[in-house]
Amino acid sequence: MEKYLMKGNEALGEAAIRAGCKCFFGYPITPQTELSAYMAKQMPKRGGVFLQAESELAAVNMTLGAASTGIRAMTSSSSPGISLKTEGVSYMAGCDLPAVIVNVQRGGPGLGSIQPSQADYFQATRAMGHGDAYIIVLAPNSVQEMADFVGLAFDLADKYRIPAMLLADGLLGQMMEPVSFSDEKTDFVNKDDWAANGHKNKREHNIVNSLYLDAPTLESKVQARFEKYKIIEQNERRCEKYMCDDADILVTAYGATARIAKTAVDHARQKGIKVGLFRPITLYPFPRQELADAAKGAKIILDTELSMGQMIEDVKLSTNCTLPVEFYGRTGGVVPAPEEILAKIEQLNGGLN
Amino acid sequence: MAKAYVITGHYGSGKTNFSVNLALSLKQKQPDCKITVCDLDIVNPYFRTADFKAMLEDKNITLAAPEFANTNLDIPALNFDMSALLDENDYLIIDVGGDDSGATALGVYADTLMEKSKDLEMLYVVNMYRKLTESPNESAELLREIEAASRLKATGIVNNSNLGKITTAENVEDSISYADELCKLTGLSLFATAIQRSLNLYCPKAFLCDVFVKPIWEKEMR
Repeated sequence: MEKYLMKGNEALGEAAIRAGCKCFFGYPITPQTELSAYMAKQMPKRGGVFLQAESELAAVNMTLGAASTGIRAMTSSSSPGISLKTEGVSYMAGCDLPAVIVNVQRGGPGLGSIQPSQADYFQATRAMGHGDAYIIVLAPNSVQEMADFVGLAFDLADKYRIPAMLLADGLLGQMMEPVSFSDEKTDFVNKDDWAANGHKNKREHNIVNSLYLDAPTLESKVQARFEKYKIIEQNERRCEKYMCDDADILVTAYGATARIAKTAVDHARQKGIKVGLFRPITLYPFPRQELADAAKGAKIILDTELSMGQMIEDVKLSTNCTLPVEFYGRTGGVVPAPEEILAKIEQLNGGLN
Repeated sequence: MAKAYVITGHYGSGKTNFSVNLALSLKQKQPDCKITVCDLDIVNPYFRTADFKAMLEDKNITLAAPEFANTNLDIPALNFDMSALLDENDYLIIDVGGDDSGATALGVYADTLMEKSKDLEMLYVVNMYRKLTESPNESAELLREIEAASRLKATGIVNNSNLGKITTAENVEDSISYADELCKLTGLSLFATAIQRSLNLYCPKAFLCDVFVKPIWEKEMR
């Protein structure tokens, strides 16, 4: 397969086009802009639409509109812009619309910084807008996974009629790595039974809507959606385990932090420390069972994030707080060197003996 | 008065890594010469020459960076006295931002560079493994856009084709004909073929490079 050297942001764009994304609505923000730039150059040449909206709100609602017609649509931003898009994502969740949202995270809160961060974990997994709703959240950790997960996100979104997010960070967006693109066709599903794609006087109107005038009707809609979430939680958990089998110390990390942690784990192993790495790939649904299994033989968990500690709550819930969970994180756009995580592993290992 | 090397290209083509290597190589050959690397990249806030300030200064190479480089002030402010930089150095290496959008900033200094430099070499760095410049035609087209935006004409091609850390000697060899074709299309000569030192590969106009631009988990542990 042909290999290219690409930035994570560019790989997202190329993979989206190959996955059949027909509409991309963007608004520039560092460190995500190359994705918009790539789509601006490529979409018109390859049968798609690129539109730079006047604001993030407009972009997300254009995505809602395009997704309502049944085509594959995508929008992207970075943290402050994603906050603006949350209203639209809530509406899409309420309309059961499949669409892909990309967040190339930067430091926060507020305007924050333009450097890499993972401080939007809570937002992505708990509160992408108001209301009782979840969205699927995928966390790539390489340029190759940035490419691979775009198609996966579209497939899962279509399959379950749910918005899906790629939660990346500035490092993954900006760094360049070799990447190849699968020629496998993704799973297109027929959406004629719900999409507002023209009834041609041959069927009833399909109405895409999140407003219910009658409370019990809304309640039953939400309840039905939660039945769907149960199926997603059952079937779509994904993770990567690295040297977990005999690990006394289990490091948990996702995204770019998992790359840093892996280097630290390798060095700790060279020093004879029994340490492994558990990397959630789906953040919703969180791989709870898999983490509980991986942690069975461990004495302590070290959660590492580019935040003050957000995924750590899912780590504790997954293990029912049966193990001590330590934390090492940097925030505000500061990225830890592998040495820092290694030092923490060595410190914890000292306490075990 | 300085000889100026202006390093342009598609973003991600390896301009920064080449600029740093060029500075180090010139310094090694002429230890007493005064060299300044000027970070003119105002479009990319990540992976830029300003990241190598300490390493360059350690070798007595001066870094001139935009006042707000590597801060959170994401604004394209340029505050260089290009005329003074040319007066005070033997070599001035200008690492320009990617594509025509990055080269626009170069246009501000086009007249000064043409009038005040002892010799002006504008190099076009290419990597055939970058998706948007995978054909010589696309690469030539981008060069025309860069030249229009910068109001300067390129004088040579740097073939920096690589696939990052998995680059093989074969990858480099495969790129030779691409670079030849680009030279024909543009009428320019090949200035160098940049080769990762660890590949142990030699070809005409080989320029051996170390890879400095890499993510934090691939750097050597302290």
